[in-house]
Amino acid sequence: MISRDLKSRLMVALCYALLALALVPLLSILYTVISKGLPALSLDFFLKTPVPVGEAGGGIGHAILGTLLLILMASAIGVPLGLAMGILLSEYPKRKTARALRTVVEVLSSVPSIVVGLFAYAVIVKPMKGFSAHAGAVALAIVMVPMIARSSEEMLKLVPTSVREAGLALGLPRWKVILKIVVGGSIGSLIVSVLLAVARIAGETAPLLFTAFGSQRWFQGLNQPIASLPVTIYNYAISPYEDWHEKAWGGALVLIVLVVGLNLFVRMMWTKRRSTRS
Amino acid sequence: MNSLREVHRPDVSFRWILMICAWVAFLLLTGFFIFLFDLGFPALRDLGFNLLTLEWNPPLKVFGMVSFIYGTLLTSLLALFIATPVSVASAVVLSELAPGKLAKALGFLVEMLAAIPSIVYGLWGLFFLVPILRETVMPFVQKFVGFLPIFGGPIYGVSVFSAAVILAIMVIPTITAVCREIFANIPQVQRDGMLALGATRFEMIQVAVLDSSRSGIFGAMVLGLGRALGETMAVTMLIGNRSELDFSWFAPGQTMASAMASEVAEASGTHLAALGMVGFVLLLISALVFYSTKWALKGSGR
Amino acid sequence: MNSKNLLVTKGLKAFVADFEILHGIDLAVGEREVVALIGPSGCGKSTFLRCLNRLHEETEGAHVEGSVVLEGIELYDRKSDPVALRRRIGMVFQKPNPFPSMSVFDNVAAGIVLQGVKNKSVLQEAVERSLRQAALWDEVKDYLDRPGTSLSGGQQQRLCIARALTVKPPVLLMDEPTSALDPISTAKIEELVAHLKEQMTIVVVTHNMQQASRISDRTAFFLYGNVVEYGATREVFTTPKNRKTEEYITGRFG
Repeated sequence: MISRDLKSRLMVALCYALLALALVPLLSILYTVISKGLPALSLDFFLKTPVPVGEAGGGIGHAILGTLLLILMASAIGVPLGLAMGILLSEYPKRKTARALRTVVEVLSSVPSIVVGLFAYAVIVKPMKGFSAHAGAVALAIVMVPMIARSSEEMLKLVPTSVREAGLALGLPRWKVILKIVVGGSIGSLIVSVLLAVARIAGETAPLLFTAFGSQRWFQGLNQPIASLPVTIYNYAISPYEDWHEKAWGGALVLIVLVVGLNLFVRMMWTKRRSTRS
Repeated sequence: MNSLREVHRPDVSFRWILMICAWVAFLLLTGFFIFLFDLGFPALRDLGFNLLTLEWNPPLKVFGMVSFIYGTLLTSLLALFIATPVSVASAVVLSELAPGKLAKALGFLVEMLAAIPSIVYGLWGLFFLVPILRETVMPFVQKFVGFLPIFGGPIYGVSVFSAAVILAIMVIPTITAVCREIFANIPQVQRDGMLALGATRFEMIQVAVLDSSRSGIFGAMVLGLGRALGETMAVTMLIGNRSELDFSWFAPGQTMASAMASEVAEASGTHLAALGMVGFVLLLISALVFYSTKWALKGSGR
Repeated sequence: MNSKNLLVTKGLKAFVADFEILHGIDLAVGEREVVALIGPSGCGKSTFLRCLNRLHEETEGAHVEGSVVLEGIELYDRKSDPVALRRRIGMVFQKPNPFPSMSVFDNVAAGIVLQGVKNKSVLQEAVERSLRQAALWDEVKDYLDRPGTSLSGGQQQRLCIARALTVKPPVLLMDEPTSALDPISTAKIEELVAHLKEQMTIVVVTHNMQQASRISDRTAFFLYGNVVEYGATREVFTTPKNRKTEEYITGRFG
């Protein structure tokens, strides 16, 4: 009897130990990024462009700005498309188009992001004969769309059917019921799904490697290569220079603050909404 | 069938707008296959079956992608091998063992693990994980089982093994999340029944939870495999990017994704086309894995 | 009891896919009367109600055959517009369903705001009138900007009634409006029905036989998609003509 009990306790302890092991990298990453990244941060870091190797100073302001621009452009394409798909999936679930779309969206979200980058390369970079902000934004938008479509569908499905019927019973046309009552009533949760997608593409590197490419300068135009935070971190990290490594850590800290911050914000918003509802 | 249904004009236009957006998704998916095949076609035309050889040497115009496929499969499977026990145990803690609040907090941390961008994993892996593996883990392993070819050869640090370790860390949240969902769908009576029979806590978990979700756990692994196959940045930074087949796991290697990441920007001509073909094959493999996931998770209550 | 039939159905059949739920219902509802629809679950009474404002056809794969005439106009005519007719027929649902993240005020005003009414004073007037009609004004007049979902269940249901009244429909359909409510809230709603019938026609589906006998002028007994008996409530409950009706109302059914 005792040995059975002991075995049970040991196994339970083992499970806890393995979970702890899984969380070690998280804590280690956060610690390393903060401790190595903080010293790299300065006003110049945010406001300047790189200086030649060997010279002191300089920053990666161009990359931070580039990432913000790319996010903005990708969202301009990806958010409306993704939301429209989410609405179709949740409001017309039995239509043939919606059924097919469900599978297509799932397949799209399983496509590796490097392949998305290669696609944007084939469709935009190659014919236009050059890396460009356009291509990067399109690649990021493609990563975004299936994410938003799936999560917004789930958010909209939380609205009970009877609310839609109440709208129809008031003599409102369906499109108004959908836009003003269903979508309008879910604005908070739809913002959540958009922000989660933004957090995801903010850190995406692979789709940008050979689309937006990278740059050492401030924004040069939409048909020119553009720097981004993740690609800059990558290039700096694999370089042999100590100073660049330091800047890579600084960049990683900025990125982590952005991504984890967005996730935390979304989570807080979400739990707050939940608690006020029930 | 007399439907008598009067349709509102704005309603129809609204639906059409949504439909058109849906068509963008259909076009996108077909576009993936068409454009990547088109990008890679010159390589297929010029090289044919030579694409399926071991050697990849751009200066010599030799483009065999088998070592990449091998690298992708090896790193992913190794990662699954490491990640699965950890993930299943984590899911057991989160859904069966930890009390409500603790489970919530721990679950949140696991989800944060999924939110960290791949590039940050790569950076941390390169400057923190790789030194540990190079100085401690790999010499230790080599001391005992170095006679095995998979653990032999000089130690570089960056290697197939390092890439697999970082991949394992990265797929843990995915597999854990799916397992949690599957465990949550197990009816409580199943657990109560075991406990009523006098089973210990772990015996209950073993029989009522783990045994009954075997197919679901397998599905979670396939889903994790899908993630691992396409993972790019962290792998590219840790694998060493050497396009030569080496049977030692401690030697540098290359995956399909890392080959694209490190070479496409500077490639042209047949080299670019060959990389396009690599992308096309990766697309096919991930589509295949997607359907296997669907199939594996079907009926496991997800 | 009634001078004029306001709402008349003839041979009304309802389907979901190929399954026929209603087998041709003939029913006439008079002006300013309350008609209760009773019967066991699955007998089609709710479906019948949803045919009256053409809500049934919004279900995927559902369609309707036969005729419903409101104020002399055929609702299932090719030319008639379901959206417009629904403004003439309000509906209250089984569970209170206020519009999420809309305030009490916005909920009540929704029906006319989304039709384009923007004038503030008109809206305020309409909202107050509806809330008073729904006997909710005194309870919520200081909380008009709170979310509708923050009210109690009974208040939410009266809010939904107020919302339906804003559009000023001559007919109000109620689908088991009190089944999700406590006895006190139920009493309030029943009281409300007694008031509202002075101004409008009400068709109410209910599972509660006492409720039917308390609030309705006429009662229709539905069984397996047919109307077995339809007549003055007092007669249906005291001297039912049909054996099945008697069995049902005395609780010996089944």
